[in-house]
Amino acid sequence: MKTHQYEAVVVGAGGAGLMAALYASKGGAKVAVISKLYPTRSHTGTAQGGIGAALGNLEEDKPLWHAYDTVKGGDYLADQNAVHVLAEEAIDAVIELEHMGLPFDRTPEGRISQRRFGGHTSNFGEKPVRRACHAADRTGHMILQTLYQQCIKQNVKFFDEFHVIDVIMNGGVCVGVIAVELGTGELHVFHSKATLFATGGWGRVWSVTSNAHSLTGDGAAVAFRRGVPMQDMEFYQFHPTGIYRMGILITEGVRGEGGVLINNRGERFMEKYAPNIKDLASRDVVSRAIYLEIREGRGIKGKDYVYLDITPETVNRYLAEAGETRRLDRETVEKKLPDILDFCRTYLGVDPVKEPMPIQPTAHYAMGGIPTNVDAEVVIDDKWTVLPGMYAAGEVACVSCHGANRLGTNSLVDLVVFGRRGGKAMAEYVKGIDYSPLPANPAADIEAEIARIRGSKGGTRPGVLRSAMQKTMMEGVGVFREEAGMQKSLDTIRELKSRFQTDLHIDDTGMKFNTDVIEAWELGCLLDLAESAAASALNRTESRGAHSREDFKQRDDEKWMVHTLISRPQGLAPDGGAASFEINTNKKVDQSLAESDERFKPKVRSY
Amino acid sequence: MDIAFRIRRFNPEVQGKNKPYWQEFQLTDVEETDRVLELLHRVKWEQDGTLTLRRACAHGVCGSDAMRINGINRLACKVLVRDVGTKIQVEPILGLPVLKDLVVDMEPFFDHYRSVMPFFVNDTAVPTDGRERLQSQEDREKFDDTTKCILCAACTTSCPSFWANGQYVGPAAIVQAHRFIFDTRDQAWKERLEILGEPNGVWRCRTIYNCTPACPREIQVTKAIGEVKLAIRAGKREGIATPVGPIAESNS
Repeated sequence: MKTHQYEAVVVGAGGAGLMAALYASKGGAKVAVISKLYPTRSHTGTAQGGIGAALGNLEEDKPLWHAYDTVKGGDYLADQNAVHVLAEEAIDAVIELEHMGLPFDRTPEGRISQRRFGGHTSNFGEKPVRRACHAADRTGHMILQTLYQQCIKQNVKFFDEFHVIDVIMNGGVCVGVIAVELGTGELHVFHSKATLFATGGWGRVWSVTSNAHSLTGDGAAVAFRRGVPMQDMEFYQFHPTGIYRMGILITEGVRGEGGVLINNRGERFMEKYAPNIKDLASRDVVSRAIYLEIREGRGIKGKDYVYLDITPETVNRYLAEAGETRRLDRETVEKKLPDILDFCRTYLGVDPVKEPMPIQPTAHYAMGGIPTNVDAEVVIDDKWTVLPGMYAAGEVACVSCHGANRLGTNSLVDLVVFGRRGGKAMAEYVKGIDYSPLPANPAADIEAEIARIRGSKGGTRPGVLRSAMQKTMMEGVGVFREEAGMQKSLDTIRELKSRFQTDLHIDDTGMKFNTDVIEAWELGCLLDLAESAAASALNRTESRGAHSREDFKQRDDEKWMVHTLISRPQGLAPDGGAASFEINTNKKVDQSLAESDERFKPKVRSY
Repeated sequence: MDIAFRIRRFNPEVQGKNKPYWQEFQLTDVEETDRVLELLHRVKWEQDGTLTLRRACAHGVCGSDAMRINGINRLACKVLVRDVGTKIQVEPILGLPVLKDLVVDMEPFFDHYRSVMPFFVNDTAVPTDGRERLQSQEDREKFDDTTKCILCAACTTSCPSFWANGQYVGPAAIVQAHRFIFDTRDQAWKERLEILGEPNGVWRCRTIYNCTPACPREIQVTKAIGEVKLAIRAGKREGIATPVGPIAESNS
């Protein structure tokens, strides 16, 4: 077993990880990035429509308006100190990306071009505003490429296709991670002063998802098993417009450019649910509207999907109706949404400039995750106690700037703003301290667990358990929830965990590139996170943002202006159903903006 | 419908499987809109867990799953059954060492990528107002096509010149260099042209044209290589690159 020593270790090479690595490195730290994928395969690269920042390049905009939209979009659960940081630093972060060479689209004046996006408004909800800075419909691709390029320029050390499978704690301090080198199967110990988790989300818990196969929540699960609580796991966003049955994302930018949602009667149904900004309401609102239309028999052909229509004929009819002078033509759609057109033509045989796209909500983004403060330091209780040496940023983290529902474009803002803060904080932290010692045999537990999985000769393949998990979570812990359904999902997950322990079957007993074993280990992570999401959801007896309960339809600000912190017994293996979770609801939402500005106080949320 | 799969296998750790061989699999209940990647997953998840491949996003954006499907380099997640028919042959991309089944050693590919200074260079002061550097829509459009590259290696591993000589930097690295050479904001174009003017740079390209149809992002790869050649010959970058397609513009 090899042992490496780096002052700062970054786990994950998406936008947040690369930004953190870049800043830790520029700050003088000796940095290593460990990623189970080649960095350019990271899921940041699939983000499409834009990154929000109140640049005001096309019309007046202010960070305070961005903050307001974010707080309202998050249904008042977001910590307002974090939202303030997000909205203020977004501007500088986007400008910095441009200085790093990111090829944003341009206005006629040569400035960064901006488009409309769901939930982003001017003047506290008055009308949609052009805030999303874009590079065609591949903004995330350009962010990922640009940050990776800058890391190469900065000579950051990468361990590509090294998969982190455990975090090492010693005396309440995080001192590194264990990774398996995929090509050889060998375990490596990474001894660090500071470790930042930027491992992304866990959309693969659900059956219809926009997420890559790789999004199995490894970083969150690893931390969870070593005593870090998970925060707000009940808040998981379903993006309204995934390609029917496949889940592939169709950017909100389609609606930003004028696209509309249509039911089987040809009605633009969002006029009913969000009379003011209609199809550009925030994602939880739109996803629920689609489900309600389908439930009332207004899905297309009576099935569980509706249409997203960007054909110029339809869009121009509604633009004329709204008294707007702008008109859309085919060339503009081709120019602004090339990848979306390609997806639909490739996977559906549908040409969106001629006919509407069949869409349904798709599991998309975790608002919850590893709790952190605004410097990306991991905090482990309701008193904001810092876990020394451990950091998290991006989707895996819960800072919480998204609250109960994230606004479109804010994931990219989150990862550059808090990735950068994490990198800076680590560079400072490692200067002042020595390495804490490693415990004896730090890899013993995980080595035994991997050996157990590799030697599993039971009767159930991992794929069977994974499908069962995805199905039950889609049914019970999806867009709409009620107690019996959630309880059933929780029971099912616990039974699946038990089978994972006792009846798993693995074909590949080798060491080199053993994706059979790795996929099974990832499934264990998904099961842990599914269980925590279901249990957290059951516990929250209200509806807020993405957590929408049929048995508790109202938001309850008296009782629930708090975050959920869920903890599990420590240990590596999913524990087969005997889990006794502890749920703490004493962590109050930060409302610092509301203290000086009434507009940030919770109120009825309408669009 | 039913599918007959023929997959090139190799496992360095198992006697009898440590030389490349073909293995056949049958799948039933296949839809013509299924992606080849989904079918490979069905083989792995339902029949043989040892089948090894790389994949991530599953919709043609991350570049993990380039492979040779019915003799042509494709992304397995971007090819549907209706595109290739019911007899599907899958093998690893050519010209890079095979590590296991469909997984090849990508390090030589990324070494070439890193050799062309694939990063933005501009050491002048940023604008005093603290805002973005300006760039006209026309200038932005000149290198739009090559910004789409996802480093999947489909182009490089379809190139006979690369098969013949692995020292050749290859189409993907040239595409990445093109993206910066013709970006008016970048200042290192001369260094990149020097690197690509070396014997294993652009001149190994014989315009065989395999790379362009191989690109899953529909980048005009041969055209981009041609523009780099012209820039080296001319010793300048102005007036050479032309846009190949529309780009996004402001919606003002």
